[in-house]
Amino acid sequence: MTPNLNRRSAGGSIDRDRVIRFEFNGKPYRGYAGDTLASALLANGVRVVARSFKYHRPRGVIGTGFEEPNALVQVLGKDEEPNVQATCLPLSEGLSAKSQNCWPGPEFDLGGINDRISRLIPAGFYYKTFMWRPWNSYAQVIRKAAGLGEIPKVRENGHYEKRFHHCDVLIVGAGPSGLIAGLVAGQSGARVLLVDDQCHPGGRLLSEMAEVDGQSALQWSQTTTEEIDSLPNVRRLANSTVIGYYDHNMLTVIERDPVQSWVRERFWRVRAKRVIIATGAVERPLVFPNNDRPGTMLASAARVYSNRFAVELGRCIVVTTNNNSAYETAFDLVRMEQNVQAIIDTRETIDDQLLKKSRDHGIDVLPSSAVSNVHGRSGVRSVDVVSLSGSAPVKRLECDVVCYSGGWNPLVHLHSHSGAKPVYNKSLACFVPGQPVQPALCAGATRGVFGLQGCLEDGLEAGRATVEALGLRSTSVPLPKPSDSLPIQIEPIWEIPTASRAKAFVDFQNDVTSADLRLAVRENYASIEHAKRYTTAGMATDQGKIGNTNVIGLIADQLSVDLETVGTTTYRPPYSPVSFGAIAGSHDGPLLLPLRTTPITQWHIDAGASMNEAGSNFRRPFFYPRGDENMASAVKREALAVREKVGIYDGTPLGKFELHGLDVTKFLNLIYTNTWDNLSIGEGRFGLMLREDGRLLDDGVTFRLDRNHYLLSSGSGTAEVVYAHMNRLLQVVWPELNVYVTTVTSQWANICVCGPSARQVLVSAGIDIDLESGSFPFMSIREARVAGYHARVARVSYTGELSFEVNVCRREGLAVWQALMNAGAEYGITPVGSETSAVLRIEKGYVSAGTEGDGITNPFDAGMGWVVNMKKPDFIGKRSLVRDRSVGGTRQEVVGLLPNDEAFVLVEGSAIIEPSSEGASPNYLGHVTASCFSPNLDRSISLALLKNGRSRQGDTVTVSGLDRTTRALVVPPVFVDAKGDRMRN
Amino acid sequence: MMLIPCPWCGSRNEDEFAWGGEACRVRPDDPFVLDDIQWADYMYNNRNEKGWVLERWCHTKGCNQWFEIRRNNVTHEITPHGIEDADH
Repeated sequence: MTPNLNRRSAGGSIDRDRVIRFEFNGKPYRGYAGDTLASALLANGVRVVARSFKYHRPRGVIGTGFEEPNALVQVLGKDEEPNVQATCLPLSEGLSAKSQNCWPGPEFDLGGINDRISRLIPAGFYYKTFMWRPWNSYAQVIRKAAGLGEIPKVRENGHYEKRFHHCDVLIVGAGPSGLIAGLVAGQSGARVLLVDDQCHPGGRLLSEMAEVDGQSALQWSQTTTEEIDSLPNVRRLANSTVIGYYDHNMLTVIERDPVQSWVRERFWRVRAKRVIIATGAVERPLVFPNNDRPGTMLASAARVYSNRFAVELGRCIVVTTNNNSAYETAFDLVRMEQNVQAIIDTRETIDDQLLKKSRDHGIDVLPSSAVSNVHGRSGVRSVDVVSLSGSAPVKRLECDVVCYSGGWNPLVHLHSHSGAKPVYNKSLACFVPGQPVQPALCAGATRGVFGLQGCLEDGLEAGRATVEALGLRSTSVPLPKPSDSLPIQIEPIWEIPTASRAKAFVDFQNDVTSADLRLAVRENYASIEHAKRYTTAGMATDQGKIGNTNVIGLIADQLSVDLETVGTTTYRPPYSPVSFGAIAGSHDGPLLLPLRTTPITQWHIDAGASMNEAGSNFRRPFFYPRGDENMASAVKREALAVREKVGIYDGTPLGKFELHGLDVTKFLNLIYTNTWDNLSIGEGRFGLMLREDGRLLDDGVTFRLDRNHYLLSSGSGTAEVVYAHMNRLLQVVWPELNVYVTTVTSQWANICVCGPSARQVLVSAGIDIDLESGSFPFMSIREARVAGYHARVARVSYTGELSFEVNVCRREGLAVWQALMNAGAEYGITPVGSETSAVLRIEKGYVSAGTEGDGITNPFDAGMGWVVNMKKPDFIGKRSLVRDRSVGGTRQEVVGLLPNDEAFVLVEGSAIIEPSSEGASPNYLGHVTASCFSPNLDRSISLALLKNGRSRQGDTVTVSGLDRTTRALVVPPVFVDAKGDRMRN
Repeated sequence: MMLIPCPWCGSRNEDEFAWGGEACRVRPDDPFVLDDIQWADYMYNNRNEKGWVLERWCHTKGCNQWFEIRRNNVTHEITPHGIEDADH
């Protein structure tokens, strides 16, 4: 007894002992182990599986694998996934899926109205229509109507991973050619990776009734696979797809549901010495009106569903073709006791033996005839048959299944990815691989060799040639002897001529009809690349695997040229859709961007700091809220503490480099704009680093620790760029300089104690040197013991206050921080975050290379001309600065802004315009670079880049923000302690 | 993804390297003998030749060393600097 409506009680490669329960559109069904969702649905008599993308026409399964354009489903449950091809989804217990592109369901779908109004929405409809009003006004409606599946609303928790693999030979496809090539390559001792996208190897052999070496095709592929699997140097991946072929023989593979049950998908990057592409071919439909009705199907797919899955396709089948291959389907169907009513063949002359064999099978062959229409909206009821040669009247044939074959498309995708071009083969009416450009060979149907005998010969030869190219010795593998197969003998017909105005589909997934292509050509989108984009033919998830050659054929017909002239569009990776999970692999969550920590990071988190991502992958405290403080009140408290008492700041992320060598001074003279000759040991100097084009790159203080030993600091976010810059100059531009750069950013913890009481805090914590300015002046560095730990203490200031930066060995950073916190308690020491630090910077008007330096700003614009010594013979950026100065003209200069509304903080990035030009065409003067509410001035302040800014000081400008336009007064860019007495104190 | 021969580490994937431009661009010893046009030419103009080019790469995610290779920018064939392909 069979549980399935349309399933034979015996035969096929399904396991009838293992019943699998699944759900589709909420209804329960049963299938067998070995089924795909598509085969199980067909066996259960489900014909309409989805609606089409644009016209919402009912659609059924037409293919068997990645070529399937119609049967896209949304898999439900905890691993919800949209746009899954039912033909590629192995049936599993409890699987639940639903149709796409329809509401409320695939049988009755409100969107079906689009099919009735289709004349209002031709090709290029969007381009012609949605250009007048702002896109926003209709984007929402369109977005709702468009698209395929729905993005899952819950986070998917499957585990994905990546692997790298190196091998001598990568064989893509385990059909007859791939298997025999795998055997030859494997027996030579080469390291072989054999990848196939099916759960079982064999390809076409899984569903053909041919014999090989006296055994069934299926048996032969099983024995050959066993032989291959017994070789230790061969690795075989099943249920895995090669999705891309890149430079230098690198190919990417998606392995689905590997043996390791906890891995959902695995992304392989394989570097192979040689590649054998044996991906086979897919059949293409014939183009005739209503060729998309449920019940129509590729002839090869009908063969697969009948032979391999024991599906009874219908009560009465009509086969239509322009070549011999569909006859094999018809014969197989008859052998399976299916009723094949007729073969409607567009060719005038048909091989006599074939005609005889058809008669023997009881099949009527109608030569020089074609299907001119299909009746039945949600399922085939009958077809109209026209004579292509005479004027015989249209004949109507009752049937419920139409199998069509318009010829075969070799899967030349990977060959194209590799950089090679496909060429048109006239006698086979298909594109075949041209000259390879990488060490690869195509074999079998991929190369247009369609017969089984040819595939085996070709695979054997490809295996042998590959082994020889590797310099290995090939053992003699005997050529297997298969039963005869028919030569293809195709006579291409790109569209059935008919008077019917019904839609004849070329691209099923995107609902592109032959009329759309004719319209595109009439509107001069005649190049295949233009026609593709204009009509969307060949786009979407199936990338036109079945339809592309028909598209090219139709355009060629329309232009009266041959297909070679039209050419193909460029195939690009991926071959089939890839999940984001596979691309991301384990780079998810905390592993997406591994964060760097300082020895004090955990202390900050424990202290309740609000952390944010800073430069160079560091997470830093942003501010430390206390009680019910918000950001503004916390920053205000911290900023006032630095100016009035004392603050403590974790400066560890600061870029730090030690420079050793005889030529460091010379090097500093070349990378910085100022002079470094007369720096004493223990002294430091502020330096400005430019790019060769004279723009700000970085700034920082460099100390001389010894005669040939310097400590250079860079911005936290620019450390990597500065390192790369120095490295390039030393290796490429001045390799003769004796300078060694060592990065020590992570080796030193940097703790900045800043504020009027900084000195007292250090003394209280215990320090063995005199901190008074007489012996330890501003911009100098001393070795000392702080709280018992060895330290380098530097007097620099990024806040404008008296500051000491205590640099200690990383592992002692936390202890020193805690000692300073304890010692500072009586002085009201306050930890400050990076936001507070930014506020203090803006108050002082310190230019930040990453903020005010916007790729245009030069040092003079930034008001830092005092750091530039134009008398030096050369430094990086000088030549460009000379040009800047000689050209002159208007430049944007750094200024301060005081908004008229003291409480309103200008939005960073706001445009600054001439007040007199407010309105229609504002005169742009610059933009706001940094803004804050200054706790020390108790008002809002900003820094800005403003055209001729310095000469505008005292003027009022208009600031046009996101939703508020205000006025502000232009002032010098320093708001606190302009003379800098506090930090030198 | 190209396989680039680092002279110190061996062949590695392209994503470990940073491209450093055409090797024929050499910073002049004295930038001030160049007029503005010549300087702009040095700064911004590449030869952009099709075919075999000599270029600089840095193994930034490896040994951090700069080196030169000869690369065919059409076919992506690579030969280490100095080892010319007989066919080219």
